[in-house]
Amino acid sequence: MSVSSYCLASADGTAAESATLGLQYRRQILRRTLLVLGLAVMLCLSVLIDLSSGPSGMGLARLVEGLFDPSILQLTERVIVWNVRLPYSLMALLVGAALALAGAEMQVILDNPLASPFTLGVSSAAALGASLAIAFPLTLAWFAPSLQITVFAFVFAFGSVLLLQAMSRLRGAGTESLVLFGIALVFGCNAVVSLLQLLATEDVLQQLVFWTMGSVARADWNKLSLLALVLAVVMPFSLRASPRMTLLRLGEDRARSFGVDVRRLRFASLMRISLLAATAVAFVGTIGFVGLVGPHIARLLVGEDQRFLFPASALVGALLMSLSSIASKLILPGVIVPVGIVTAFVGVPVFVMLVFKRGKQL
Amino acid sequence: MNGLVVENFSIAYGKRRVIHEVSLPELPRGSVTALIGPNGAGKSTLLRAIAGLERFTGSVWLDGRTLDKQSATERAKHMTYMPQQLPPGIALSVMESVVAALRVVEGGPRSSEDCIEQAYHALERVGITDLADRLLNRLSGGQRQLVALAQLIARRPDVLLLDEPTSALDLHYQLKVMDCVRDMVREHNLVALIVLHDINLAARHADRLVVLRQGVLVADGAPAHILKPAMLADVYGVQARVEACSMGHLQVQVDRAI
Repeated sequence: MSVSSYCLASADGTAAESATLGLQYRRQILRRTLLVLGLAVMLCLSVLIDLSSGPSGMGLARLVEGLFDPSILQLTERVIVWNVRLPYSLMALLVGAALALAGAEMQVILDNPLASPFTLGVSSAAALGASLAIAFPLTLAWFAPSLQITVFAFVFAFGSVLLLQAMSRLRGAGTESLVLFGIALVFGCNAVVSLLQLLATEDVLQQLVFWTMGSVARADWNKLSLLALVLAVVMPFSLRASPRMTLLRLGEDRARSFGVDVRRLRFASLMRISLLAATAVAFVGTIGFVGLVGPHIARLLVGEDQRFLFPASALVGALLMSLSSIASKLILPGVIVPVGIVTAFVGVPVFVMLVFKRGKQL
Repeated sequence: MNGLVVENFSIAYGKRRVIHEVSLPELPRGSVTALIGPNGAGKSTLLRAIAGLERFTGSVWLDGRTLDKQSATERAKHMTYMPQQLPPGIALSVMESVVAALRVVEGGPRSSEDCIEQAYHALERVGITDLADRLLNRLSGGQRQLVALAQLIARRPDVLLLDEPTSALDLHYQLKVMDCVRDMVREHNLVALIVLHDINLAARHADRLVVLRQGVLVADGAPAHILKPAMLADVYGVQARVEACSMGHLQVQVDRAI
């Protein structure tokens, strides 16, 4: 049977209507592309404001001059620009993008709007890994304590996603079981961290508490490069999978009957999520709600064609973190509040709103 | 041999067998077959298994070629399946959702123009071009069912497997959808296997009825041969009359449960 035989013979009116609908569709695509570009522009502006704010009072003009010609800066200014402002701002941007992209993918593959690296225990597992490294540091010359914390956090975060992965492959384990398992993981990890805090000395306790408050102040150029590399590697794969992920949103059965290998799609997506979430959390600690709220805001803007939703989520996440980074410098004059606290302040009301909205739908 | 053949199908969930050695008669191209039976008979399970969504033992043949060793992607080129339960809508326009269903078709339309044109014809066929730019999460259950059908049609399959495609539709759209499916099957020489609860709808639109009870095939043939008071009493547990209306369509009139 020839494929073209399916098409009905188009009358003039039909052809005109087809052209109109085609135009409408293309306009919709254009509007979404422009929205994504608009988000990128807003992010650039936000990063500039973030770069120009800080307790030292160095303005944007001086900073830009210094970026192009470092020799005009005094040593202190050079340290502020290259060791504080730039790495902090860029880390906020990259962490926001990584967590929100991971959240967007998680929400699709688990078919749950409340899924995110934070709500499913990835952040808690990282906190547990970091806490263990802080409480029981290894005495190895080649393995510095700060590196141990990052490595342990990464291994535990990655392990938690692999556990979720293993759960998803169990026969009969639905997406709801996965979410419940994630919640159990949050409580389990938090309980062990609390136990470590209870048993810790005063010094160790201070470090433990500080680590759990996510902060971009741990940024350095090595971590930045690594996170940028992870994002650069993962994003193209996310975009490549996006048409199949859109179909998965229409229902697992339909996606499978349309020829999508859903198990493979989920496996690959969980691998991407593992890399993104584990790297981001290991470098900056627990950053709440960006991975949850970022995709939701992006969805309100560009809808659920994942080809647009994934980049939009990454941009919204980066924007939220960048704005939180600015706020963290302005809340208490002269003090940089850990950005994790700011994102939680913004995220909690949005999270509650989402829960109630979902409740109404059920 | 042109058409769909299902041989010796058995499906089990653990130790519980839900389909027992079911072999469907050859479903020829250009024909509509309705799968009927009481609740829990295994109709949806059988349909899902033919679509490749359930593990089974047995064989499926299309036009003399076996589909057993084909991957889900290869099988999806020939078969499309519409589930009974459609998830609540998402923030995707109707047109986008149909185009999305086309983008993953191997060997399907390559350019955006072709996708859009193919999607438009599917919407037109189902009669929902006026919904093209509406978001799925703003549609009623019935409208979403029509969109799901348009997604299937847009993919230009050889076999349509539809699980209760009219369950959320009003009387007008029930007839319209069944007419649309039957016309498409005739025009393009497709095979349609449709699970239906409404026996009158099945009698009116299907060329053949296949009756399942507790996972076993109990009857198959033309509606006029199958729909008898004795079969209805035996399979459904009802006392019923089968009469032809003034238009000549068979009507099952249920008098009481036995």
